[in-house]
Amino acid sequence: MENRKLTCIECPKGCNLSVDIENCRVMKVEGHKCPKGEPYAVSEIENPQRVLTAVVLSKGLSLKMIPVRTDKPIPKAKIIDAALAIKKLQITKPVKAGDVIAGNFMGLDVNLIATRDMT
Amino acid sequence: MKTYDVVIIGAGVVGAAIGRELSQYKLNIAILEKDQEHGFGVSKSNSGIIHPGTQNPPNSLKGRLCVQGNVLIRKISHELGVDFKETGELIVAFSREEIPRLLGLKKEAEQLGVPWLSIVDKTWLRKNEPNLSKEAVAALYAPTAGIISPYRLVYDLCENAVRNGVEIHTANPVKNILKTDRYFEINMPNDTFRSRYVINSAGLFADEISRMVGVNNFQITPRKGEEFILDKKREHITNHLLFPLPQKDTKGVLVIKTADGNPMIGPTAEDINDKNDLSTSDNGLAKVLTAAKKMIPSISESDIIAYFAGLRPVAGEDFIIRHEDKAAGFINVAGIQSPGLTAAPAIALLVRGLLGENGLTLKRKLLFHKHRKEITHLFSIPFSITQKLVKKDPSYGDIVCRCEMISHKEIRDAISRGAKTLDGIKFRTRAQAGRCHGSFCTTRLMKILAQERKLPLTRVTKRGAGSEIVKKDRLDD
Amino acid sequence: MTERDLVIVGGGPAGIAAAIAAHENGVRDILLLERDQYLGGILNQCIHTGFGLGYFKENLTGPEYAGRFIEKLHSLKGIEISLSSFVVNLTSDKTLTYLKPGMLSTIRAKVLIMATGCREKTREMVHIAGDRPAGVFSAGLAQKLINIEGLLPGNEVVIVGSGDIGLIMARRFLLEGAEVKAVIEIQKESRGLIRNVVQCVKDFGIPLYFRHKIAKIRGKDRVEGVDIVKVDDALNEIPGSGSKISCDTILMSVGLIPENELVEMAGVKDVNKIFGREACRAIFKVAKLWKIEN
Repeated sequence: MENRKLTCIECPKGCNLSVDIENCRVMKVEGHKCPKGEPYAVSEIENPQRVLTAVVLSKGLSLKMIPVRTDKPIPKAKIIDAALAIKKLQITKPVKAGDVIAGNFMGLDVNLIATRDMT
Repeated sequence: MKTYDVVIIGAGVVGAAIGRELSQYKLNIAILEKDQEHGFGVSKSNSGIIHPGTQNPPNSLKGRLCVQGNVLIRKISHELGVDFKETGELIVAFSREEIPRLLGLKKEAEQLGVPWLSIVDKTWLRKNEPNLSKEAVAALYAPTAGIISPYRLVYDLCENAVRNGVEIHTANPVKNILKTDRYFEINMPNDTFRSRYVINSAGLFADEISRMVGVNNFQITPRKGEEFILDKKREHITNHLLFPLPQKDTKGVLVIKTADGNPMIGPTAEDINDKNDLSTSDNGLAKVLTAAKKMIPSISESDIIAYFAGLRPVAGEDFIIRHEDKAAGFINVAGIQSPGLTAAPAIALLVRGLLGENGLTLKRKLLFHKHRKEITHLFSIPFSITQKLVKKDPSYGDIVCRCEMISHKEIRDAISRGAKTLDGIKFRTRAQAGRCHGSFCTTRLMKILAQERKLPLTRVTKRGAGSEIVKKDRLDD
Repeated sequence: MTERDLVIVGGGPAGIAAAIAAHENGVRDILLLERDQYLGGILNQCIHTGFGLGYFKENLTGPEYAGRFIEKLHSLKGIEISLSSFVVNLTSDKTLTYLKPGMLSTIRAKVLIMATGCREKTREMVHIAGDRPAGVFSAGLAQKLINIEGLLPGNEVVIVGSGDIGLIMARRFLLEGAEVKAVIEIQKESRGLIRNVVQCVKDFGIPLYFRHKIAKIRGKDRVEGVDIVKVDDALNEIPGSGSKISCDTILMSVGLIPENELVEMAGVKDVNKIFGREACRAIFKVAKLWKIEN
């Protein structure tokens, strides 16, 4: 059995977690001060994921760049490729925060959504 | 090939003053400047002091020109609408033993013709300079000292010269000069000009320019000076320009006001080899801070909001201003270190005389525009006037630089007057010169400059090619 | 001269919260002055998540978090919002002069809330020696350039200081295709949140140097590199520990200072003590006072 130290990033507290791992599976999590800690540790060990935020170029709208994010975390290993893909997008119609910019983004079963209203 | 009567090499304060002086006469004149904008060399780092003429040897050329320049600059600043403030200076003695040196300086200055000097005592100092160290025992008071904005003076001289027909070619470094029978042929990377007379006011590079016509009788040594600017909140820390007793190569570390209200402490004085080395050092900071605190003990390191280094072009003790008989028609104006800014208008008169003596016909133009429209700076006018301006042009009400209160209109004006870079905007308007150093306004300034000059944002620079602010625009992806 | 019951200077998160709180407590004559063209302040360029965990129990980005409050603000009657409005003068009797395109106005406030935020410390404030080329940015300016203007400041970046904005910008630069060569921190641990160290720096293998400082910036026109040096626990340079990093961009993330110039102009002393938590307490007190008085 392996023990790994993690820092929970679910909130600004940054709890220090102690995680027992066996055969790439999380057996026990300690050190978290809220219920978010345990699922974070499991995900971080078994399939680390992050929400990706970025900006998309607009055309003909009031501001040049529209901030976006994935509506769910995506695998950490896909972050760089996803950021590259976002740089190729362009938005030409007014959006509201929450509007889907790209559905099932990169086939990752997440939507890329706008995070700011723009006319 | 374009042909001129006079070509001036270098658009610092000296070249600008000469150009403006000569623009009163029926002459074809061009000023050549290697940098992207005028005044980006030695003049940019000048402290802006208009010296009364003290601290110069009695028989020196620089002393004589300084005293004369101190008078002339008042007329010029009035004509051009540059803000000149007569603050007076104090050369401070910190012990009884130093008082004879004050008297010596006074005598020398009086021989040069510096007016209204007096020795003031401890009581006078307490009353008129309350923050000055209690150690100060006496001072030499020269009431005619003052301050001016060095870059605004250069810009205003240049703009007035242009108004009177002078051409200014920036980003045009002189590569070599050929002397033919009647002309000098001046070669630049993309152009060649021909001129009967050449005036070399190339600052740090005057020796290199002089060598191009075979005159190799002086060398310019850069003498670095590091200066530290204090927060405007400390504006009233002094009432006068404060000098210690001068040392061998320098007037020492001063505590002065600048034209814009911020006090400034410095400079250091260090002879170096690299004419492009404008770096500052921890050592320089420590030296200046110690010396400034000796003068005004309440100055603290946390008052410093900016710093820079400048290079004085030193060619021996005195200025070199002469017609070179070896290259007839070539006039060297070199080694113009302190008090060059003060002396500049007097240097211009001297150069005009040298041109006349060497065969140039000087005929006055019927119409010389000696005045220029004063430039509006919101920070220096009362709100009642601002109110009227804003009604006339709404963009006066659109503040771009928060620290110094500079409007969109003032930025556009600076660009239409010639600013091509962010530094050019800064020196003309003070936008980015405040506490936040442009953190707030840089993006806005970039966009205004790009729009007015029809540049892509990736080609907006701090001070010319190579100093681009950003590397990529998402639009280009 | 017009008089308003409450004038709030600053339309960032604090100013918006103050306006909403005052309204909830019965104030109906409120003027909110914002110098930018839109409300939300710095939140608009904070496109990363981590906002709203406490208040909305959601993990929102800065613009989303601001957007929710802005929407609320717009739904309230009695709050006048004046954008592109720049206060140029404040006197001790709470008389304000402000400029906006085409207009200079002077008003008196019965009660005044200053929510003017802060600015970043610059290279000059921490006295970094060396050349003064293009390519030295405050982290927040770089954030604005990338996230609002779509401009990439540089390709090889060194970040000075490990404040949160610096850490977050390390990730932003990386995701925009730049290389982040190092984060240099003079203290022995990060000044930022630990989660930002993890998800912005460690995630991407960016070197983080503690107990190091920049000795010198090099570069004539554009940044060419930095000289870094180790420091001991008293923050003194350790001789012989210097090394060089080549880069074209330097980001300064060395702390914030309150933007208190207007309050000082009005003659208030010791304003620099009013910052962060203290400022929030002050706003809370004002809101409470309103409840008692009305």
